Amino acid sequence: MDYFLELFFGGLTRGSIYALIALGYTMVYGIIQLINFAHGEIYMIGAFVALIVAGVLTIYGFSGISILVIAGIIAVIYASAYGYTLEKIAYRPLRGAPRLSPLISAIGMSIFLQNYVLLAQTPDFLPFPRLIPDFAFMEPVAHIIGSPELVILVVTIATMVGLTVLIKYTRIGKAMRATQQDMSMARLVGVNVDRIISLTFVIGSALAAIGGVLVASYMGQVNFYIGFLAGVKAFTAAVLGGIGSIPGAVLGGLVLGWTESFAAGYVSSDYEDVLAFGLLVLILILRPSGILGKARKQKV
Amino acid sequence: MTDMLKDFKQSILISIWFVFLTFPLMVVRVNTMNNVVEWRWMNLIWVAIGAFVLSYAWRYMLARKHAKMKVAEEGVRQQSKVQLLLEDMSFRYKAMGVLLIIALAFPQIFDTYQTTIMISALIYVVLGLGLNIGVGLAGLLDLGYVAFFGVGAYSYALLNHHFDFGFWMTLPIGGLLGCLFGVLLGFPILRLRGDYLAIVTLGFIMIFKTVMENWSELSFGPSGIANIDRPGLFGIDMNLDASTIYIYYIMVAMVVFTILVTMRLRNSRIGRAWIALREDEIACVAMGIDMARTKLSAYALGAFWAGMVGVLFAAKTTFINPASFTFMESAIILSIVVLGGMGSILGVILGAFILILLPEYMRAFSEYRMLAFGAAMVLMMIFRPQGIISNIRQKYEYKGLKEETENG
Repeated sequence: MDYFLELFFGGLTRGSIYALIALGYTMVYGIIQLINFAHGEIYMIGAFVALIVAGVLTIYGFSGISILVIAGIIAVIYASAYGYTLEKIAYRPLRGAPRLSPLISAIGMSIFLQNYVLLAQTPDFLPFPRLIPDFAFMEPVAHIIGSPELVILVVTIATMVGLTVLIKYTRIGKAMRATQQDMSMARLVGVNVDRIISLTFVIGSALAAIGGVLVASYMGQVNFYIGFLAGVKAFTAAVLGGIGSIPGAVLGGLVLGWTESFAAGYVSSDYEDVLAFGLLVLILILRPSGILGKARKQKV
Repeated sequence: MTDMLKDFKQSILISIWFVFLTFPLMVVRVNTMNNVVEWRWMNLIWVAIGAFVLSYAWRYMLARKHAKMKVAEEGVRQQSKVQLLLEDMSFRYKAMGVLLIIALAFPQIFDTYQTTIMISALIYVVLGLGLNIGVGLAGLLDLGYVAFFGVGAYSYALLNHHFDFGFWMTLPIGGLLGCLFGVLLGFPILRLRGDYLAIVTLGFIMIFKTVMENWSELSFGPSGIANIDRPGLFGIDMNLDASTIYIYYIMVAMVVFTILVTMRLRNSRIGRAWIALREDEIACVAMGIDMARTKLSAYALGAFWAGMVGVLFAAKTTFINPASFTFMESAIILSIVVLGGMGSILGVILGAFILILLPEYMRAFSEYRMLAFGAAMVLMMIFRPQGIISNIRQKYEYKGLKEETENG
């Protein structure tokens, strides 16, 4: 039973991170119907910036969880800035172009950002300092769920509640929903669509960065390539839940996290990374609209 | 004057923004092992200057693009001199003849090293042309193309290892196996829209690579398969130089074959269906084109070529392992197609030569290769989506009338 619970919480932690990244995919896709291939790279940049800040702070004598908070905040700011710039350079000039164009541009940007970090920093894995202490009150359940997992869960849940409030109850959220439903109509009623799109990228990137910082401190290492796999898995999660749907992304992330965790725990971990793809192909064949997604009719 | 001032101000702002953006990654480098921070302030200055200059170039290019679009809207059809020259059939035949002679004479003039480089460039030419069927003609963005290349390479390596199959016997088998995999994988997913297709095919490479790494009984795992036979020529023993030249000629023949087939395909009924499908799926289906079959044929044909070149690749390197078949390879092939010009045969060939030979001869910059590829893909999409050489549409003119007036 303990083993089951351990796997359950492991899957939950993993899944909530996938969900954080998947939200960025799903929000962008909901508004401009584009798979932002470079989203995984934003996540990686977030983790990298956090590593650099944490490294510098450690050397200058800070310690403990305060580093994680500062590094996290700076990482979020930087990832948002990267997301904003990415949209401005690679996607905005291509609005209205054939569908393939922004997609290729996104792939190009993803390759570019990976190699930018590779060249500016290092191709090696960098150790990420262990910043989350073992809480004393977690002692009795430590064999099932560790302190880092707890922190990840709490932060993820808080972020998601914040996002839900933002989208459901604020003016900006309303404008975002309007843009998602019908871009030209939203423009007619006075929504600044360009700004909403930029904002979507900023929010998505910020969420990815939060995920990046949490994963980096949990796994303990970072390199330029981590964004690729994480990005593809998170995309799978987004499709699994129904792309364009925010609760869907969360659900998809959790389902993927549990599937991976249980498969690795009870079967074999050799094919862990491939599982997501198998799942993705299966969903796309059986139910392309995902668990919570609605099938969109294409109008001509 | 105010415009200039405005531009200047904007460029300064952009420059500051990029300095801010790149600061942690470009300037700071932390070594957590030895607790040392390295500050590279010089990089900051380069970023500032670079961003300033590039922002001017960016504005200029955007303005030019808009001006061009305006001209195009007014209905004036512009064609550059190169384009006109390329459309001249007699010039094309002459140029092809000259190129063929150069290609045939190449290994006699240059040494084995150069020939080896040329072989890999030609491999990418065929891969690019094969991918071009899917991406360029039918508009199917296939990121997993290199998996079929891997299928071909592994089929030769394994058949050779276990059953002593020769190169020539495996060449069609590799192609057909690639094709078979293309059909099997393509069948369920080709109903999907373009962007889903891209990510699923991306999954194929990951699956292929992971399976090849873990299923050691089949593929010998990450250590790969060595001592694969080179292609034979009626049992004649060849030294390394001779066999390199031999492979080179096989490759040239393959390129010519590929060009001929894709050229004929493009103007065939199915080729037109591909192009139509790329332009507008819904209209196409309404016109009675079987979408699934048409897409599948494009996908499988592309895979066929990848499989064949895979066999040749294995024969050339005599060693393969899963690390040769990664997403980066796929990305390189894709950027060849995108840069050269989607759908354009000449463009893809040129693209392959530029992208493969340039880094090869400019070793100093080779570490920036992928960086440049990525940036080039973005820039191409924004400023020149048709590629270096845009696809030439076949035009048919009515010649009968002209002759009559000349005679009479």
